[in-house]
Amino acid sequence: MRPFHYERPRGLEEAIAGKTEAARFLGGGTNLIDLMKYDVERPASLLDLTRLEGLREVERNGEGALRIGALVTNADAAAHPLVREHHPLLADAILAGATAQLRNMATMGGNLLQRTRCYYFYDRQTPCNKREPGTGCPAKDGVNRIHAILGTSEHCIATHPSDMCVALAALEAVVVVRGPSGERRIRMEDFHRLPGDTPERDTTLDAREVVTAIEIPAGDYGRHHTYLKLRDRLSYAFALVSVAVAMELREGRISRLRVALGGVAHKPWRVKEAEALLEGQAPEEECFGAVADRLLQGARGYGHNDFKIGLARLAIARALHQAAAAAPQSHVAKRIA
Amino acid sequence: MPDDLSPRGPETVALSLTVNGTSHSLHIPVWTTLLDLLREGLGLTGSKKGCDHGQCGACTVILDGKRVNSCLVLAASRDGSEVRTVEGLASPDGALHPLQEAFIKHDAFQCGYCTPGQLCSGVALLEEGHTRTEEEIREWMSGNLCRCGAYPNILAAILEVARKEGRA
Amino acid sequence: MMHHPLIGTPQDRVDGRAKVTGAARYVADFETGAEVLHAHVLNSAIATGRIRRIDTSRALAVPGVVEVFTHENRPRTAWFSSAYKDDVGPPGKPLRPLYDASIAYSGEPVALVVAESYETARYAANLIEVEYEAKPHETDLLKQLPNSYVPKKRRSGINPPPRPKGSAASALENAPVKHVARYLIAAEHHNPMETHATTVIREADGKLLIHDKIQGAYATKHYVCSVFGLSEDAVRVVSPFIGGAFGSGLRPHYQLFLAVMAAMALERSVKLVLTRDQQFTIAHRPETWNEIALGAKPDGTLSAIRHKAVGSTSRYEDYQEAVVNWTNLLYSAPDVELEYELVQLDIETPSDMRAPGAPLGAFAAESAMDELAEKLGVDPLALRLHNDTQIDEVMNKYHTSKELRAACQLGAERFGWRHRPLAPRSMRQGRELIGWGLAFGAWEAQMQKHAARVMLDAEGHCTVGVATADLGTGTYTILAQIAAEALGLSMNKVTVLLGDSALPQAPVSGGSWTAASAGSAVHDACARLKAELLLAAQTRNDSPLVGAKLEEVMFDRERIVLMRDPMRAVSLQAAFAAGGRPRIVADGQAGPDQLTQLRYSSHTHSAVFVEARVDEELGQVRVTRVVSAVAAGRILNPKTARSQVVGGVVWGIGMALHEEAMPDHNLGRWMNHNIAEYHIPVHADIHEIDVIFAEEKDLLTSPLGVKGLGEIGIVGTAAAVANAVWHATGRRVRELPMTIDKVLGLTPARTEAR
Repeated sequence: MRPFHYERPRGLEEAIAGKTEAARFLGGGTNLIDLMKYDVERPASLLDLTRLEGLREVERNGEGALRIGALVTNADAAAHPLVREHHPLLADAILAGATAQLRNMATMGGNLLQRTRCYYFYDRQTPCNKREPGTGCPAKDGVNRIHAILGTSEHCIATHPSDMCVALAALEAVVVVRGPSGERRIRMEDFHRLPGDTPERDTTLDAREVVTAIEIPAGDYGRHHTYLKLRDRLSYAFALVSVAVAMELREGRISRLRVALGGVAHKPWRVKEAEALLEGQAPEEECFGAVADRLLQGARGYGHNDFKIGLARLAIARALHQAAAAAPQSHVAKRIA
Repeated sequence: MPDDLSPRGPETVALSLTVNGTSHSLHIPVWTTLLDLLREGLGLTGSKKGCDHGQCGACTVILDGKRVNSCLVLAASRDGSEVRTVEGLASPDGALHPLQEAFIKHDAFQCGYCTPGQLCSGVALLEEGHTRTEEEIREWMSGNLCRCGAYPNILAAILEVARKEGRA
Repeated sequence: MMHHPLIGTPQDRVDGRAKVTGAARYVADFETGAEVLHAHVLNSAIATGRIRRIDTSRALAVPGVVEVFTHENRPRTAWFSSAYKDDVGPPGKPLRPLYDASIAYSGEPVALVVAESYETARYAANLIEVEYEAKPHETDLLKQLPNSYVPKKRRSGINPPPRPKGSAASALENAPVKHVARYLIAAEHHNPMETHATTVIREADGKLLIHDKIQGAYATKHYVCSVFGLSEDAVRVVSPFIGGAFGSGLRPHYQLFLAVMAAMALERSVKLVLTRDQQFTIAHRPETWNEIALGAKPDGTLSAIRHKAVGSTSRYEDYQEAVVNWTNLLYSAPDVELEYELVQLDIETPSDMRAPGAPLGAFAAESAMDELAEKLGVDPLALRLHNDTQIDEVMNKYHTSKELRAACQLGAERFGWRHRPLAPRSMRQGRELIGWGLAFGAWEAQMQKHAARVMLDAEGHCTVGVATADLGTGTYTILAQIAAEALGLSMNKVTVLLGDSALPQAPVSGGSWTAASAGSAVHDACARLKAELLLAAQTRNDSPLVGAKLEEVMFDRERIVLMRDPMRAVSLQAAFAAGGRPRIVADGQAGPDQLTQLRYSSHTHSAVFVEARVDEELGQVRVTRVVSAVAAGRILNPKTARSQVVGGVVWGIGMALHEEAMPDHNLGRWMNHNIAEYHIPVHADIHEIDVIFAEEKDLLTSPLGVKGLGEIGIVGTAAAVANAVWHATGRRVRELPMTIDKVLGLTPARTEAR
């Protein structure tokens, strides 16, 4: 890695004051240190947030919203009784990702900012518009098995690799951030962005802002939900396609439905019109295909990843079935429910 | 990404660390990972570098009670922490940890390179209580790759200890 | 005869304690601290062409950087490529690292930074600026198939396909039932958990003590002496523990050259550990294309076999392996045509990787046999047994032994094969379809020339030394068993030393030959030692053993005992006292028997049975049960032997479902060069694996009756998984790995597109 200046800010204000374009916040470090070793991330300074107080709480407010501090580790969040009781979808998605070791290190805030697994992004000896804008995107007609089929641009076809974020998207979480001008709340759907012609930017977070918490609004998703992840081995692999479903059923009819896809786009992929198709309906399997069609409208493959369109269609239907049947996918039992 | 143009050396930082019960006061280059510090700085070469990127688990140590990939831990950020490595699993009198014994009995390794990581991970796994079923052990040990393919034997070793301790 | 048999009994590894406590020292574990310099390699970004300009000034300006080596300033070493030949290299001109400005493949080293710390070296390497002049490259095997050729010079130790027998073409034309198809296996990388590394300790007198990741210390020593013009006594190679190699450590790799070069030039000790990414720039299992045609009579008797394989190699060496011969080795047919060709690509030279060639050919042949069974409407096991042969039709020799049928019976019984419905898609549980598949496999049983030394002292402490390596195979343990049993000692009295070029010479450990060869050499040394010890015991006229011949005594519990009268015995201590020597050293040897080799063919065999569960809609495959039944001669240690086979099976599952090096043909570069994206099986992928050893008496292969086990576990496994997936789903996947998309038929077969 490149030499850097290391600091431990004593509080959030100091952290924000010290944050420049060339600085990085250090949380769990699982992705940042990784990328620094690959010479992909070259921060001039690291602001170590790991000792800051007040960012490690998990609590429920009066309206039933769950607030998870940015420095809560993925492991602690997934094991937290409030998360497990009210948002098991989030716990399941977290546990479907990475490994026990990585989840013990990775923070909720850091996971939001996880960067793509695109092979070219990681390889400093190849062109990549995300790593070095203007150099090109060899993935488009190169090796693109893990790449996006939705929301791509001519400049970038990378995917967002997080499992956690897919669940947060389905749960319509809000990312709470703090910057020089105070606190800002960013809806999950607005937090990650599509590559467009600035693929170097993954999120709408300002360079001087820091994530302080994730808030999940109250929802009755304790029973009908699932996180279904399909990958190239049965554990410890990034998703080829994943589907998070949060469903409210009232008297046999779907009163609310949220579906987000992972592994298919530069951000967790949601299409509200697709969700609306089933609202008010009984969860009949015949209708699931229409939801998939709408979610995947405009999907295109780049060769190796052509299969993702068909696979996502099948996975969406299955995940809807699992959620409706209150049979969420276990991350331990590998047989698909 | 702004490129740093002037070649230069790293900053150094002071650090206290307790490793396997022994406390160390150190002065290290700030870019040192916990793994490199253990291996090159303290000569504790039991923890292994298999990928240096958190992809294999060979460097797994128990840091403040939790298993982590030491290759991704910036040592400077863990001032005051306690680390337990494979060298610290046996008791000071040389008696092996039950999991070490079980690894030998069940031939849970071949080349032995992933073994320190498997053991630290397994010891933490037992403490976490993720040993209720074979499936659970397999999933929660999946962060430790073994290229020799000793997985069924590692499972048998963990299961035996878990049963003895009433955790399975 | 033995009171305490050790050979054939399950024994814990003698190096187990060292391995579970972190005390076992691998290459990078030597020489920590401030004394040693750390080196880091910069690799080529282009596949072919030359370096136009390389600027190392910024790297050199980093505090702590000692030197940066490139082709422009490297010290002079051997000029001719012949000096770079290693013990097992294929025909061609081996890579000469930093030799000149030309680039032969993406990832070839272009510079070496040597610095006071590893992080400094890595950082500085990223500051080196390289301007390339790229030339067009080709890395696509399928595109180059029309240019395949028969290698002009055969690789030593690899049998090319035999001449055609009869006319396969006309026999196929007339065959009432036939099956023709193409099968493709992706390139794979060995990815041992320990990356390749070399630690060179420069001693005060200028001699080099080298710790190298190599499968035999002498291979490194020979290479270093040849390339750097050093005398034999200036170099010692010590590598007691190797963190897996699987063939990647048979040849010295560029990190050895670079580390030695730097240590000599700088007169310092140097450590060079390749990164995981760089592990993808030294060796791989070649991508291999197969076309196979089988003809059969309606009763299932094979009338014709045609099997052609094309493997990829580099531009600079003709790497070869045995891919197609196995088909006729396993199955008899009157008309047979086997062909093996190469295609040159701009890649690094492929290398032997666990059972080189065999699982590639077996995937094609054993899938094809299944497909033929389907056409004939017969049980695939019955078809195989119907065409099984008791002679090696490839070499036209008898087998030293072949208990494949016995293994098969035991395996089928354990697995419950007779309950298998013939039709695919017959078994299911919920949304999962269940399929049962099997395949046969074979691997050579070989002896290589080995020397061994055994030393015994009056206290009964025994030291065994052989230069071969224990790659995790269990060599330490089996050699201790052999010596302990021969000398009547308990295991804990025996110390085994391996991986040291100061020990008696042995070749690289590979090809499953080490147990038979090193084991026999130790056995021979023990026999000589026993003879000397008996003589010593008989020195005194009143010795109770006076007149006794070696075959009339046994060595038991640190005594020499006359068998016909066990009361007449001499303790080791008394024998040594009588002989007047504190210790006895004996050298032993073992090697192939030419006459046996002329007359016989020797192989291990296996029948592997697999249960796969496939989600009907989503294509997710789980291999839930494997029975691998093996006939491999005498089993020295059932515990470590089982582990060897289990490991091979895990590799087979990886080959079947996960492993694939993905080349970007535009860049001429493997792109998933890490072990997050190059998938090998993890704990969650591996379920029950049952290993059965059939009894097989073989006194011809090796004096110990041992055949070797390192490879046989993998050979048929990938094919058996493919056959099980077909039986579950009715879908035949002919291209490995069988990822979810291929199982669902969502990705078109690459061999069909042409």
